[in-house]
Amino acid sequence: MTPILKPVVDNFLRFLPHVKALGIGFHGIGDNWAELALPYAEHLVAYPGDDGTPGIIASGAIFSLMDTVGGMSVIAQSKRLVPQATLDLRIDYLRPAEPGKTVIGRAEVTKLTRAVAFVKGIAHDGDANDPVALMTASYMFTAGAKS
Amino acid sequence: MNFDTLVRELLGAPDEGPLSSLPYARTLGLSYRRDADGITIIMPFSKDLIGAPNRLHGGTVAGLLEIASIAQLVHVLGREETAPGVKPINVTVDYLRAAACETTYAAAIVTRMGRRIANVRAEAWQGDRSAPVAAAHMNVMLVRE
Repeated sequence: MTPILKPVVDNFLRFLPHVKALGIGFHGIGDNWAELALPYAEHLVAYPGDDGTPGIIASGAIFSLMDTVGGMSVIAQSKRLVPQATLDLRIDYLRPAEPGKTVIGRAEVTKLTRAVAFVKGIAHDGDANDPVALMTASYMFTAGAKS
Repeated sequence: MNFDTLVRELLGAPDEGPLSSLPYARTLGLSYRRDADGITIIMPFSKDLIGAPNRLHGGTVAGLLEIASIAQLVHVLGREETAPGVKPINVTVDYLRAAACETTYAAAIVTRMGRRIANVRAEAWQGDRSAPVAAAHMNVMLVRE
């Protein structure tokens, strides 16, 4: 990570209460990409296991991970903390995340314009070649906008 | 992967109550209400839902929309003799307005019920039902025995 980005990323994560509530943490950042980690936790489960075995985490938790990491990739590309809002975000759920495993979300900016950033991403649970989910999103820069 | 737990919770349950059997629904603090149109899911404000200052995190609203979609699907499928399993294939969320730090509601309609695929649309709103904060559509696989 470049030294300039470290405080920006720490800020980004520290001041998002829902990110803290889910347990999402930093995993990596580069020129136009970012990675966050969502460790397995019981309070994320939407598909309880049989007889107390670990259940499968909610697709909604993976959605939150990908929304957050997408926004962070926009910061990585812009090199500063720009006010932004998600315009739309699509997730394809390829397979359930394996119970007990940390899910890594990785997002990359494909194109940055003055008003909109176009982002693609994947979520995986250890092997990036065997993704759990695919993500396509656009983010709008909100500085000066009414809402 | 299936929503059996949600099915069991909604079928034969009272017309409103907390969605207590799903840990993730508890994390979001969700409850449900059933009326003639189907299921409305309610997400009261809590500080753990905040993303950017004074706004709900987009992921919380997406989670709410997904659960409202599945709940409505389960509600409609409940009329069938043997309800199939449901697996989300994909979801697209459009964010229409900033979601304020207040109670959020979501309800869905099943736009097409096929044998293998159901198409579901959902909207989330806060004070004003006619000014939704977000809209979603989901494709859901139906797994019939």
